[in-house]
Amino acid sequence: MIAVRDLTVRFGLGADVVTAVGGIGFDVRAGESFGIVGESGSGKSTVLRALAGLVDDWSGAVSVAGAPLPRRPDRAFRRRVQLVLQDPYASLHPRQTVDRILAEPLAVHGIPDADRRIVDALAAVGLDASFRFRYPHQLSGGQRQRVAVARALLLDPEILLLDEPTSALDVSVQAEVLNLLRKLRRERRMTFVLVSHNLAVVANMCDRVAVMTGGLIVEQLDAPRLAAGTVTHEYTSALLRASAGYDRSHGAHDAAMG
Amino acid sequence: MTAPGTPAILEVDDLRVAFPTRGGLVHAVRGVSFSVGREKVAIVGESGSGKSMTGRAIIGAVPRTGTVTAKRLAFDGMDLLALPPARRRALAGRRIAMVLQDPKFSLNPVMRVGEQIAEGFRVHGIARGAEARDRALAMLEAVRIRDPGRVYRAYPHELSGGMGQRAMIAMMLAPGPDLLIADEPTSALDVTVQAQVLAIIDDLVSRSGMGLIFISHDLDLVARFCDRVIVMLAGRIVESVAASDLRRVSHPYAQGLLRCVPRIDGGQGDLPTLSRDAIWRAEGSAP
Amino acid sequence: MGGWRAYLTTASPRSRRQAALQRAWLGWLTFRTNPAAMLGLGIVSALVLCAAAAPWLATHSPIEQDLVRRLAPPSAEHWLGTDELGRDIYSRIVYGARITLRIVALVAVIIGPIGLAIGCLAGTLGGAVDAVLMRLTDVFLAFPRLVLALALTAALGPGIENAVIAIGLTGWPPLARLARAETLTIRRSDFIAAARVIGASQLRIVAVHVVPLCLPSVIIRLTLDMAGVILIAAGLGFLGLGATPPSPEWGAMIATGRKFVLDQWWIAAMPGLAICAASLGFNLLGDGLRDVLDPKLR
Repeated sequence: MIAVRDLTVRFGLGADVVTAVGGIGFDVRAGESFGIVGESGSGKSTVLRALAGLVDDWSGAVSVAGAPLPRRPDRAFRRRVQLVLQDPYASLHPRQTVDRILAEPLAVHGIPDADRRIVDALAAVGLDASFRFRYPHQLSGGQRQRVAVARALLLDPEILLLDEPTSALDVSVQAEVLNLLRKLRRERRMTFVLVSHNLAVVANMCDRVAVMTGGLIVEQLDAPRLAAGTVTHEYTSALLRASAGYDRSHGAHDAAMG
Repeated sequence: MTAPGTPAILEVDDLRVAFPTRGGLVHAVRGVSFSVGREKVAIVGESGSGKSMTGRAIIGAVPRTGTVTAKRLAFDGMDLLALPPARRRALAGRRIAMVLQDPKFSLNPVMRVGEQIAEGFRVHGIARGAEARDRALAMLEAVRIRDPGRVYRAYPHELSGGMGQRAMIAMMLAPGPDLLIADEPTSALDVTVQAQVLAIIDDLVSRSGMGLIFISHDLDLVARFCDRVIVMLAGRIVESVAASDLRRVSHPYAQGLLRCVPRIDGGQGDLPTLSRDAIWRAEGSAP
Repeated sequence: MGGWRAYLTTASPRSRRQAALQRAWLGWLTFRTNPAAMLGLGIVSALVLCAAAAPWLATHSPIEQDLVRRLAPPSAEHWLGTDELGRDIYSRIVYGARITLRIVALVAVIIGPIGLAIGCLAGTLGGAVDAVLMRLTDVFLAFPRLVLALALTAALGPGIENAVIAIGLTGWPPLARLARAETLTIRRSDFIAAARVIGASQLRIVAVHVVPLCLPSVIIRLTLDMAGVILIAAGLGFLGLGATPPSPEWGAMIATGRKFVLDQWWIAAMPGLAICAASLGFNLLGDGLRDVLDPKLR
């Protein structure tokens, strides 16, 4: 479904060039849920934004859904690939009602029957019709993220890209949103690429995982190996140890290392 | 409620915080009582549970429109609500310190990091001149910054998130406070950096014997880090247990909070979710 | 307490119109708590009322001369006195509101859309378009406003239309600057990225997503600018370059009253007060609107 070869993304000009992604490759099969884990600055979000057609300047060979990733994505591409952003407080237009936000993709693509589709999309993400005419500031973080997911679903994409979809939410709300995403993937047979800094979230959601640091993929492994902790690269094991939580006896040692 | 053997440095009895809005008074904190000795106490809850507002009420940083009331809000025997504002501010800088989630908002962006710390020594009359500078450098060393000289001269925007948070901790702990309130101090940091920052807080708090109120939404984290855990919901305390007993919490809300966290070895099934029972919010409303 | 209050305050509106009305109602509640803003709204409303109902509000004709009663002080017959040709000053001020409002409205209609469009386009598209549009803005910004207006009306001849063109030419650049600055902060936000992912074209992003967010600050600035426009229009009238006699333009009225200012002070003072009040009204209204509309102050 997605094949990435030697993807490189650089920002800036002249002496200030920063290589955000330094020539990475991976494959995602149709219907698979693929995770990218890494810390801030690892380049993981840039990879996702490139796949979503939001990065103008990249090099390499990327094919999405059997066709090369277009330099200027057209509407047909947009209908197949959708993105849910990290911060639901920033990704919804502050002056538009939920109704207006959800009507936008339908208007852009000239999809008829907007009324029914909007109500259906809200129902699909577990929001009842009373939310339809509210403004984002009248919703909680979890409800906002559900609206963002509903907006992506309205175009019925084959591939859903998720950029830290729950990192701005409470853990209790995170569980609800993750369960919702899992259910939607099952029902609509979507392919997921999920980016997160949280190994546990990725382990819970993904079939396979790529570990990124410094713009490179250092290890790819499948879910059972991640769960068992059988990793090969030392960065992955450092990440695993840190994710296991703070431990008083190890704390001093880890801190000395940093 | 204090752990046996430690005299309380902070006593909170029936603390309430309310904000006027167009729809009437909104109660952010509705009658919270606890006390803190020289120990590590965690306050856990979802956003909107009133945990942060509790911390702010203690240090006196509630937004101006809010009203804070309490039967007793005493620090080291002094009634905080009865103190004149100037005394209270002095107390807040010197003996009660607060570390926030994002150091960017708390550090002065146009002043070198080291000078901000040294300033703290001068303002509180602890040290002046070259001595303040030396003590600031020592403080940066204490938060395990490897090149304190460089960080001393740096401006806040030149520091990474973890480094900035360390500098923030150094600044807050410089006057040697008796109580540290840490509001989600590691939530904005990468996991590998989180552990380091927690270790620094743990180490400094244990060594100096100060009290710590650690505000977080992460039950798992505080269970490993703190001595006691207070679980808040809708402005009230629903459960207060020793951290070692956290797995045996009785309140269904606290149980739900613990269980809904995904685990690396937890498999891929649906995660248990919290059923937000209206009864929990109502319960405990009787004084 | 009718159902309309519940309709305006329910947490879950049932239609687009209800949501929009609720928003306006909340804005009005905020606006209402600001006494200065309410005073501004009162003055501007009074101005509009004067202009609309001038024939009914005026006690005399604004242009009919009565040389017997020239230079009469304020009295029961002539509330604000008469001028050197015996015309009723009160009636002339009431009719003069029409001229002032017409200038204000025309200028707003010209510079608002131009400034908004140029600023939002430059900010969203960036690159060469931005550079060209902003240099053009700089060129117009470099002209001293009153001097350009003087030159233009001197060249084209006096008259309201020419005054409006002259004021409009130098009026739009600050609005364009403002709209561009707002756009630059909006352009990088996540909801614009989300609109791109949906497939919205650049033009649609500007028109549907960016402009509604720039609009409040442009409206605020425009309202505040109107105070200045009133002053410039009066200045042109005073110099004989605005409305032509005998039309009751406030600035021109002051100019004629100048000769009598020591003995018949009311001839210059009354229109002067009108100019002052109108300009103050727009200023206060603009400040009040800022409290309601500016998202940064919420």
